[in-house]
Amino acid sequence: MTRETSHPIAPASPRAHLSPGRLAWERLKANRMAMAGLVFLILFSSACVVGPWLSPYAFHEQPRIAEGAVPPGAEHWLGTDHRGRDLATRLFYGGRISLLVGLLATAVSLTIGVLYGAVSGFAGGKTDSLMMRAVDILYALPFTVFVILLMVFFGRSLILLFLAIGAVEWLTMARIVRGQILSLKAMAFVEAARTLGQRPGRLLSRHLLPNAAGAIIVYTTLTIPNVMLLEAFVSFLGLGVQPPMSSLGLLINDGATSMEAAPWLLLVPGLAFAMTLFSFNFLGDGLRDALDPRIRD
Amino acid sequence: MPTYIGRRLLEALPVLFLVITICFFLLRLAPGGPFSHEVDIPAATLERMEAHYGLDRPLFLQYLGYLGNVARGDLGPSYHYPTRTVNEIILDHFPVSLELGLWGLLTALGIGVLAGIIATIRPDTWLDYLPMGGAMAGICLPTFVLGPLLILVFSLWLGWFNATGWNTAGDRVLPSLTLGLFYAAYIARLTRGGLREVIRQDYIRTARAKGLPEATVLAKHALRPGILPALAFLGPAAAGLLSGSFVVETVFHIPGLGREFVNAAFNRDYTLVLGVVILFAVMILLFNLLVDIAQVLLNPRQRFE
Repeated sequence: MTRETSHPIAPASPRAHLSPGRLAWERLKANRMAMAGLVFLILFSSACVVGPWLSPYAFHEQPRIAEGAVPPGAEHWLGTDHRGRDLATRLFYGGRISLLVGLLATAVSLTIGVLYGAVSGFAGGKTDSLMMRAVDILYALPFTVFVILLMVFFGRSLILLFLAIGAVEWLTMARIVRGQILSLKAMAFVEAARTLGQRPGRLLSRHLLPNAAGAIIVYTTLTIPNVMLLEAFVSFLGLGVQPPMSSLGLLINDGATSMEAAPWLLLVPGLAFAMTLFSFNFLGDGLRDALDPRIRD
Repeated sequence: MPTYIGRRLLEALPVLFLVITICFFLLRLAPGGPFSHEVDIPAATLERMEAHYGLDRPLFLQYLGYLGNVARGDLGPSYHYPTRTVNEIILDHFPVSLELGLWGLLTALGIGVLAGIIATIRPDTWLDYLPMGGAMAGICLPTFVLGPLLILVFSLWLGWFNATGWNTAGDRVLPSLTLGLFYAAYIARLTRGGLREVIRQDYIRTARAKGLPEATVLAKHALRPGILPALAFLGPAAAGLLSGSFVVETVFHIPGLGREFVNAAFNRDYTLVLGVVILFAVMILLFNLLVDIAQVLLNPRQRFE
């Protein structure tokens, strides 16, 4: 208390004491939709991790095979599919796969995008314009087509799936990182570090990239739903995750074929998927507002 | 403008060349061939078939030959349908996909721009929240969820439309909605954002001060610059509309090119796959060019560089 009054200039608001990370968290907490998204994601992903262990059924087990699709009830909370498999169990397994592919593919695209963008922005000049021209050209390619071709021709393994998706989703990340690095590069603290003899690699990793972290985090949150969408799209076409394993896209496809007799088979995974995308999008929007240094209150 | 268009078309050529080259060698790297799934072919027959299609020549010569044919507009014979050429197959199925795509685009623009305008009239009231909430829901409902849902509600429960097919005018409604609503949602958000920027400007205040009705101010003065962000989004959206048509054609059993493409990939029908990829790339490039031209026409401050 005494230390506060001894300050020559009184702080503008009590918030001025908070660290940048804490400030961003406070702002995020005030955003109700973003918090709702965060809570849903935590609940859904923990259900996907823990659910399969707690469930009395396995994803390929067919306890009710003779009865066909059983509507939701006490024994099967979300009903069973037309092969008599427990839908709740399959939903959790599917969610696991979808989230896993979403995270891993995003990690791949993050690595490629950040490296490419950072090198391009840091090098500047001819190298930069050449590298960005390549990105422009790649933007014009029908990428979904490439993912489909890769899956058809090289087998339908999960590893290939997330590598393929990651390899096509890095373009926007590269552009964003490059823009950030370009503007940061011109700042005085970078000049100072360079004058002190900091080598380029260390300059990039110690001074430039940490300062671009906000933009990278925000865009990563927005990439995950895109990647999950692409995975579900590929699985929906029958090219991704293979039965009897499940993924959200596969469940939706199954549900679509039997929706007249058993609409819950479409509604449950469809809703779960839409909610997940919804949450990631709101969380991403909220993070953008929270981390944008231009909005300081 | 003609020089600009000419230059852009010239720039598109290396992109197309790249697409053809990558796809050509990617296809050949893949295990299996166009005739490998037909089980009981004697080796001699297989050899003769491959010789007939020139598949026994060195790969690089095949590539050069293919490039030459494409340059002359000949996409080659289909390996899977022995009596038909790729050009014929594309001519048969592409009009359907094109029609579907245009309906989808129209839906996206019509609903999206209208919702964006409505949301701008009374900001931060239910007239704003309702269309924008709908837009957020639209973004999170991918085609493969929305399509089956629409069939479930409007054809199985309500019985208004046929569940599948592409014959009557009514058959167009659900597929177009499925394809277009996702983009309508984005366009609505972008239009609203653009309009809200514009509406604060002085010349809008002038227009209002002149006593123009609010509808005229919005539709005539604000919309032209306000729609620019949505227009810029249409370029990337074109690629999405094309791939979205894969799902829509599968869900609604529409005899378009998207379904044909997935089947061709399964059948290792190299020439058909390549032909469709080339066509898609051309469509995307052309559409991007159209969007760029429209942007300059709507925005007098921008010039053809």
